[in-house]
Amino acid sequence: MNRRNFLRVSGVASGGLLLSVGIDPLGKALFAADAAVDFVPNHFIRLTPDGLVTIMAQNPEIGQGVKTMLPMLIAEEFDVPWENVTVEQAPHDPDKYSRQFAGGSNATPTHYTPMRQAGAVGRYLMREAAAQEWGVAASEVETDAGVVRHPASGRSATYGELAEVAATLTAPDPETVELKDPSEFRIIGTPKRNVDNRKIVTGQPLFGIDFTLPGMLYAVYEKCPSFNGTVASANLDAVLAAPGVRHAFVVEGVGNTSTLVGGVAIVADTWWQANKARELLEVEWNEGPAAEQSSEGFATRAAELSTQPPEEILRDDGDVDAALAAAATTVEAAYEYPFLSHAQLEPDNCTAWWHDDRMEIWAPTQTPDSGRGDVARVLGIDESQISIDLIRCGGGFGRRLYNEWMVEAAWIAREVGVPVKLLWTREDDMRYDRYRPGGFHWFRGGVDAAGQLSAWDDHFVSYGQDGRFASSASMSANNFPASFIPNFRLATSRMPLHVPTGALRAPSSNAFGFVLEGFIDELAHAAGRDPVEFRLDLLDAPRVGRGGFDASRMRGVLESVAERSGWGRTELPRGTGRGVGCYYSHRGYFAEVVEVTVRQNGRLEIGDVWVVGDVGRQIINPLNAENNVQGGVIEAFSHALAQEITIEGGAVVQSNFHDYPLIRLTESPPSIDVHFVLSDNDPTGLGEPSLPPAIPALVNAIYDATGHRIRSLPLSRHDLSWS
Amino acid sequence: MRTVKAVEFPNPDGAIAAMLVTFQVNGRSETVDVSPDMPLLWVLRDVLDIKGPKFGCGISRCGACTVHIDGRARRSCTTRVETVEGTEIVTIEGLSPDGSHPVQRAWEDLDVAQCGYCQAGQIMSASALLAEIPQPTDEDIDLAMDGNLCRCGTYLRIRAAIHEAASLMASDAQGNGNGASPDAPPSDGGDR
Repeated sequence: MNRRNFLRVSGVASGGLLLSVGIDPLGKALFAADAAVDFVPNHFIRLTPDGLVTIMAQNPEIGQGVKTMLPMLIAEEFDVPWENVTVEQAPHDPDKYSRQFAGGSNATPTHYTPMRQAGAVGRYLMREAAAQEWGVAASEVETDAGVVRHPASGRSATYGELAEVAATLTAPDPETVELKDPSEFRIIGTPKRNVDNRKIVTGQPLFGIDFTLPGMLYAVYEKCPSFNGTVASANLDAVLAAPGVRHAFVVEGVGNTSTLVGGVAIVADTWWQANKARELLEVEWNEGPAAEQSSEGFATRAAELSTQPPEEILRDDGDVDAALAAAATTVEAAYEYPFLSHAQLEPDNCTAWWHDDRMEIWAPTQTPDSGRGDVARVLGIDESQISIDLIRCGGGFGRRLYNEWMVEAAWIAREVGVPVKLLWTREDDMRYDRYRPGGFHWFRGGVDAAGQLSAWDDHFVSYGQDGRFASSASMSANNFPASFIPNFRLATSRMPLHVPTGALRAPSSNAFGFVLEGFIDELAHAAGRDPVEFRLDLLDAPRVGRGGFDASRMRGVLESVAERSGWGRTELPRGTGRGVGCYYSHRGYFAEVVEVTVRQNGRLEIGDVWVVGDVGRQIINPLNAENNVQGGVIEAFSHALAQEITIEGGAVVQSNFHDYPLIRLTESPPSIDVHFVLSDNDPTGLGEPSLPPAIPALVNAIYDATGHRIRSLPLSRHDLSWS
Repeated sequence: MRTVKAVEFPNPDGAIAAMLVTFQVNGRSETVDVSPDMPLLWVLRDVLDIKGPKFGCGISRCGACTVHIDGRARRSCTTRVETVEGTEIVTIEGLSPDGSHPVQRAWEDLDVAQCGYCQAGQIMSASALLAEIPQPTDEDIDLAMDGNLCRCGTYLRIRAAIHEAASLMASDAQGNGNGASPDAPPSDGGDR
């Protein structure tokens, strides 16, 4: 659906009539009652005569704060007091809502204007209604936080008083409605707390795992330890005899880790009984080609490939070999990073109910559109038979972009004919993720006599085959510093991979930030230059790179973070050091400085952190923005410290938080200073771009403190002791 | 208070037979008829329909399932139900009737949560800490909270909110003792 069609149905809204159609339970709750006197100008706003406003939050909430932020945009332009607003989660409904997904830090750039327009339509109609009532021109009336005034006569009326009249008017095309000047904002740009806070702090059922239906059964789904194996045989009788077990059956699957792989479903009265019965389960698996693969094998093969001509040259500017030969100083370095799991704290789960030829689904998903498509395709039913209610996600981070747990739940629900909640264990979750792919980079770099970066050569050994990269395993030929170095080569070789990969918060950037900004730091030191100055020099070109990368905006955040952190002006004791990193991703520019102290015995303590970001002219909700940015930085440290997924025999070795540790309170920095440069650019998203620079800033700080240059992650592999 | 001896007795299938266990949850007496090795977490969630305690790991490594058992923060995911006979259990639903416990107020005030999934466990660990140490130092907070993981990384606000809750408790005690924080012991700051 294009932007023009985005609110196409709002034009026929009169008194909420059209909104009584539809099957969504949430929509019914919102729009059914008292439609005759309520004002419902579109699928986002409902105003009752008592002045209460309900605003629909259309996108999935995964902790990024979009359930608060998008309604703020609507409330601002509708011009109602935020205190009078109740926010409700919209169900999945592509006919009413466009681009209903959580991913790519896209909500702000996609919806900033359309949500404001949705609110502005309401405000326009309020003014029209008042003008009609008072027999004056709409241009003579103005709104003020839920009240319409006519200054010339001194008349005023509340929105609630005007609701019934406004409901009879025809809504204008949202694209034609005037928006507020930002100087008039009263909600946008002010701190607003998470609308679900009260429910969170009082433990009310809010997440997918909390959802129940009468008569519901609970399911677990056992899959082959090595990816994409199928069931040869299983002792279902023993499982069926276990307490509480109602069903146990083999699912053949469709051989696709994105949708449905083979396995055994166990359905019981309680989830614990279903999971307990797995202890009795014995399955003989038919393993697939994944069983031949291991992390050790990948590392060996990558090292072999690094000595051979690359499979493909992605970019070759100038004459890299000549420039390296002519360089004053050259550096060679091999960088490596591991596979990572999302490890969102709420394990994958989904509730499904097949009845009357309909599949009803309650899902904590980031991508209901694609989930519905997957379910329809695998079950052989029509998308129109499927409805999906969106439930708050206990973390997303990209994991819930993929909906195979939804397909599993739907398949099992159709088999058993009653409502079923499927819940994965932590072990299931960690061993059937879509992993951030690992990767290897063999670098050569050179700086000239003037201390400028003159040559760059990266042989990127990644995963994929037939000339294509595995998911989230590719590097753009335009990725910075491409086009900023005269002699630049990016080449790649790919290894076939049978381990599923996918997007983890700031996909690809979460690895390339470490690699590229780590190697740039090495070259700065090789040139005997200050790392910030070296980067500013590199960025001192009016060039525009990948995805509209604007060097001047990166210079802006880099200069700002140097200033705020007192870069170069602080005397640090031995064992304490500072590092810098900057990275552009998801349209956001971030530069970060990290301080660390490394004890002589190698014990690492992360110190203060300074973050400066540029995501355009407007921070919509500063309270959430700070939280989100701090979370991105802390997640980056979590990746760096000790996280590593390793593969043996086509299966994941790690299983839970004892061997895949998340960062803890005591490992986190004492402070993270967050500052935004407000540049004159359209507002963009904050979910991801703060993460990538934090890892190189951390490892560069470790170098500064100890002289240990970290070229592989996680840090737990390294002895950081010094003397 | 009666005590039921926890015995595992296999039935003919080799499965463990159910047993009756009685305990208090949020001030109400509950008797459940379940397998003695069923973790308290799943008794609370799926038998008693108390969804506040969350499942994150099942091995006491994340703290999302934290509840109070006789006033102490415990991981319900690895607590066999047979061991809670006769105890008093408080889940986040029982911390206050309306979210008015100082820790809950502080959590809202500082807007701690991102996804919110771990926060029930964080709040239960924090409230147990403050019941014991009304004015905790950062080191006290480290000790009490280090077992509670937050995947979203809200740790800075968690720490700040605990300090804020301590202040709220102190001012509640200093005020008219209106009972907004029934679980909070008297603060020694109240006389100053």
